[in-house]
Amino acid sequence: MAVIPLERKPLTFAERTYLPQIAFGLKTTLRHLVTPKETLEYPEQRPEIPAGYRGVPTLVKDPNGREKCVSCQLCEFVCPPKAIRITPGEIAPDDPTAHVEKAPQEFEIDMLRCIYCGLCQEVCPEEAIWLQNQYTMSGYTRAEMVNNKERLYELGGTLPDDHFKWDKKKSAEEQGNAH
Amino acid sequence: MIQPAKPDLVTVNVDGKEIAVPKGTNVIEAARLVGVDVPHYCYHPKLSIVGNCRMCLIEMGMPAVDPATKQPVMDPATGKQKINWIPRPQIGCGTNASPGLHIRTNSPLVKDCREGVMEFLLINHPLDCPICDQAGECKLQEQATGYGRGYSRFIEQKNVKPKRTQLGPRVTLDDERCILCSRCIRFSKEIAKDDVLGFIDRGSYSTLTCFPGKQLENNYSLNTVDICPVGALTSTDFRFKMRVWFLKQTNSLDTETSVGANTVVWSREGAIYRITPRRNDEVNDTWMPDSGRIAFKQVAAPDRLKTSDALDVLIARAADLLKAGSVAVVGSGRSSVEEQFLTRKLAAAVKATVALVSRTGQGDNLLISADRNPNVRGALVTGLVATLPEAKLTALAAAIDAGQVKTVISVGEDLVAAGLTAAQLAKVSVIYLGTHANATSAAAKVVLPTLTVFEKSGSFVNQQFRIQKFSKAVPGLVGATDDLVVLSRLVAAAGGAAQPADLPGLWTLIAAEIPALAHAAHAKLPETGLLLDAAPWASLPFVEGETLHFKPAATAAVASSQ
Repeated sequence: MAVIPLERKPLTFAERTYLPQIAFGLKTTLRHLVTPKETLEYPEQRPEIPAGYRGVPTLVKDPNGREKCVSCQLCEFVCPPKAIRITPGEIAPDDPTAHVEKAPQEFEIDMLRCIYCGLCQEVCPEEAIWLQNQYTMSGYTRAEMVNNKERLYELGGTLPDDHFKWDKKKSAEEQGNAH
Repeated sequence: MIQPAKPDLVTVNVDGKEIAVPKGTNVIEAARLVGVDVPHYCYHPKLSIVGNCRMCLIEMGMPAVDPATKQPVMDPATGKQKINWIPRPQIGCGTNASPGLHIRTNSPLVKDCREGVMEFLLINHPLDCPICDQAGECKLQEQATGYGRGYSRFIEQKNVKPKRTQLGPRVTLDDERCILCSRCIRFSKEIAKDDVLGFIDRGSYSTLTCFPGKQLENNYSLNTVDICPVGALTSTDFRFKMRVWFLKQTNSLDTETSVGANTVVWSREGAIYRITPRRNDEVNDTWMPDSGRIAFKQVAAPDRLKTSDALDVLIARAADLLKAGSVAVVGSGRSSVEEQFLTRKLAAAVKATVALVSRTGQGDNLLISADRNPNVRGALVTGLVATLPEAKLTALAAAIDAGQVKTVISVGEDLVAAGLTAAQLAKVSVIYLGTHANATSAAAKVVLPTLTVFEKSGSFVNQQFRIQKFSKAVPGLVGATDDLVVLSRLVAAAGGAAQPADLPGLWTLIAAEIPALAHAAHAKLPETGLLLDAAPWASLPFVEGETLHFKPAATAAVASSQ
């Protein structure tokens, strides 16, 4: 292989003083001094979560405080890593929501297994399970990383409801097409 | 209904496929034979035909015949006989096969009809699928997907009917879900012979209900839940327990009587949730008694026997008792054929005679027979005993009183219930193999916990001398051992030849030693069972009366001999 020696161009006077280069570098530095910061002081500061973000799965209640989940177990069935465990149960006959008949006795999501895929939210016929903004889960034991029903409702809170399907059902039962 | 194959077969044409079927076969069954599904709700192969759901509409036609000359009319386009198609659809369930019958199940007319019928059925059907126990095995779900329109045009208010009605102690009714197929009404009237159900009101307000002052409480009430094509009738016991798509199905048998009704055990992760019947046209059709459906609760019962001792330790203790000699063996009509075979080997090893305990009750002429032991005939076939068992162990009691017996091995039989007194039990050492605690297990010197019928595999011989198999549905309880292992270890401890404790090994031995069972090996047994030759035991006075698909042969023999 042929070796081609290249001759280095001699530096100009301005280059030999280094001053224009220092000024050029300082320009970038000084610009960043006055532009807004890109980083956040996590965890005191938290980023804004975009709409449709898939955080920790939670259970929600409707604006009337009724738990929306009816323990149909479709999320348990569809969950790819089998993170969801539901013990179905019956609503007591004297409960104001007794016409819904079914609600989970226990609902557990193992956050060590959850892959945040959102299939549970997609499959839910009652719009009861939502992957919301919460994105950090930590704990000292495996048991702590399993969210039970109480914790899931605490994380989920209340979401607006466009349908009030079961309220309509109840009013139909009271003044509907009865014979 | 499916008739047994008779020589008078007729050829019908289903969607262009010719098939010979027995005369009288209806179109749904004929189509099933060529693998064509005709959707239906009200038709059930074991019930009368009412044709009220209109889901099985098909097009039918007959070969054209000239009315004047009676000569076939040929179609010049095809060169075959012309088919006169009836311009209106007909119901498949009520149309019987006749020679030359032509059926179309996939024409545009039929598809339109099905969409129309589905739309009407769904008009007042509530959107309950998320909370409905039938979801997953619902004909309405399946056929709405398969044959429905796919969207609803109904914007009016749906009818309101009673939900959560208790029809009886075991059946819950949701009238809004009912599609008025009347299967449950016909079952109660025709099979259970307990006519308690009927429709009241008219049109879309028709409502299923019990007759005033009556309840759906007969021992066959849960069959209405099985045949309900939608979620209207649901089992109160299984209500909201688990979705069916999580459950594993294992073929098993109803062990409460000698009928041997075929069943399916539904379990998930080692827990059984329900038992349903399995179709066997020679034994139980598609039915089973309610009493057999709660049998799985014994698996997780609090009084299950279990031990923390190693099996070797327990067998060593039993071996010490057996070495002393003077052993009596009490076998069981509840043991499987394989266990009875090993019990016989055990009795031979300890040189004892075997007594069996009989259990009898009132038969109901349907699927509960008078003999409450599922496998007395197995004991006869395997040679464990030669005569029918007695209710009380009088001979054993006398032998104990006379001091001839020092040790009693009981294979799952409660000796106190079988007539031995506590004083007599105290005189002997009892080795008890069993699943649940009772007076005998409390008095026993050695208790060997064993498995229930849901935790092991084996076979039973029912009252027809039909050998049928059951399979392990859930893993065995920790602290209990398979009966076959315990028995074969006991044989070895008693000084007998080593016996295999697994089904394939055992069946090689059984087939070699018992010619009657040579072709009945557990692995090769068909799901509907295999009929054995009952002739050698025809003279025995069996206790069973007449039940579904069974007429007592012994009574006939006794009657003819008198």
